[in-house]
Amino acid sequence: MHRKTILQAKEDLRQKKYSAAELTEVIFQRIKSVESKVQAYVHLTKDIALSQALEADKKIAAGHDAPLLGIPIALKDLICMQGARTTCSSKMLDNFIAPYDATVVDRLKKAGAVIVGKTNMDEFAMGSSTENSWHHPTMNPWDLSRVPGGSSGGSAAAVAAHECLAALGSDTGGSIRQPANFCGVTGLKPTYGRVSRFGLVAFASSLDQIGPITKTVTDSALIMNVIAGKDPKDSTSASIEIPDFMNGLERNLSGLKIGIPREYFTSGIDPEVEVSIQEAIKTLESLGMEKVEISLPHLQYSVATYYIIACAEASANLSRYDGVRYGYRSKNSDNLLEMYMNSRQEGFGEEVKRRIMLGTFVLSAGYYDAYYLKGQKVRTLIKQDFENAFNQCDVIIAPNSPITAFKLKERLNDPIKMYLSDIYTLSANLAGVPGISIPCGISKKNGMPIGIQLMSKHFDEESLIAVGHQFQLNTDHHLKQPSL
Amino acid sequence: MSDKIDIQKIAKLSRLKLTDIESEKLGGYLEQIIDYIDQLNQLDTSNIKPTCHVLPVHNVFRDDEASESKNINYLTGAPSNNKGHYEVPKII
Repeated sequence: MHRKTILQAKEDLRQKKYSAAELTEVIFQRIKSVESKVQAYVHLTKDIALSQALEADKKIAAGHDAPLLGIPIALKDLICMQGARTTCSSKMLDNFIAPYDATVVDRLKKAGAVIVGKTNMDEFAMGSSTENSWHHPTMNPWDLSRVPGGSSGGSAAAVAAHECLAALGSDTGGSIRQPANFCGVTGLKPTYGRVSRFGLVAFASSLDQIGPITKTVTDSALIMNVIAGKDPKDSTSASIEIPDFMNGLERNLSGLKIGIPREYFTSGIDPEVEVSIQEAIKTLESLGMEKVEISLPHLQYSVATYYIIACAEASANLSRYDGVRYGYRSKNSDNLLEMYMNSRQEGFGEEVKRRIMLGTFVLSAGYYDAYYLKGQKVRTLIKQDFENAFNQCDVIIAPNSPITAFKLKERLNDPIKMYLSDIYTLSANLAGVPGISIPCGISKKNGMPIGIQLMSKHFDEESLIAVGHQFQLNTDHHLKQPSL
Repeated sequence: MSDKIDIQKIAKLSRLKLTDIESEKLGGYLEQIIDYIDQLNQLDTSNIKPTCHVLPVHNVFRDDEASESKNINYLTGAPSNNKGHYEVPKII
């Protein structure tokens, strides 16, 4: 039962093959049996989940329907749910109980979802391996000695290990797509502004976006139908019509142009990953897509640009953690300034401090123009690269990561090497375009999943869903599962 | 990066009290990442406008209408509160 997709479980629930309460119980049993190995969750919300499941069963019995009625879903631990701890995997927020629901949670609840728990992440979403969690690391369900990716590593691992039917993650520089890739599941980062960020603990406000991590593209479309749309509580959410994302599933691919950015297939990419992606391109060609070579010439500058902008925004966003209104307060201070400085010293982990320091530096007097303004200008060039590319093609195909999931601790002591592993995902955030990660093979060397990334124009998630779904209809990579 | 980064100044602006070991490690990290970031100087951006937001969203207005308060007691999350106020160490 826990291995079902959302679409399958919805049909089973409708046919009364089992109840939402039974499905939820099975999910908690599954969590009990594998969680000691995977450690995908930081806390479970079992009481809330069981009462939501009973409520869903009442509705099903009364003949009601809702898009996610009775479906067990997990939330990355930076998405607020009223009454539940929201720690961002940080000591700073270890005791923080969210006083309200994030808009996405409100929408999930209205759609009948059952919220299973909060998943592990890199502290404040800063990292690519989930090793920067203050709580504990999360292990990749395919190989427990490897990382699940990050920062939404807990969400991706929980879906891959069938500890929920789907999860929400957030993506600031690849934090949905890269862990989905590493764990062999599907992860969609919507267009910036497509999904409300109200109730999402902010990392970098011009880059952050919430999205689904699921077992199939169809399930991503189902969740997008629930969470997307303008929200008066988030002024950056876009007033743009929301399509029925399920319509994308039926689209024929013939004549659609798939862009191959030459800069993404140069040096540094694992040959096995490249071969797998070339195979995927052949599959898409066989489905009627036309291949075009394109150029995204500023790719090599995306890591530098990203770290200027993301860290600058983070240094401002994280200034709110001062031990006054919420979170951790140091007990060793005689005056207010010391209280601020000690609380932040004791409450933040190493990577968070690095990024606050870098962000503060690039915004500081004398360096602002040379770094922050320069970064914003190069961001314009990266955005223009995508605009030019989408004049030539409908969808861009690229790797998510140059490598498959690496071993725990392998990259922890080399932050810049860790940053560079995100080179293929960062530019979608800088340009604001949507991207989806889809399994496309398994490494023969280490048995770990390989994925493709598809990107499209602003607000054209439908094309990603169309191409991704047709790919999954014609391949079985997404059906492979870890032997956990 | 020609000038040495004043790590203590950046730490103070960041409101972070660093240990000596942390200062040294963070100093090394900052030098390394700034060196890396300096590759952006290869690009001539003199005629390029900066992007601070990817979508053409400027001021977002709403009607100024009274609505029901959520009535959330935010004080319960504070590390210390007293008589309906946040409590902090003595300032003056």
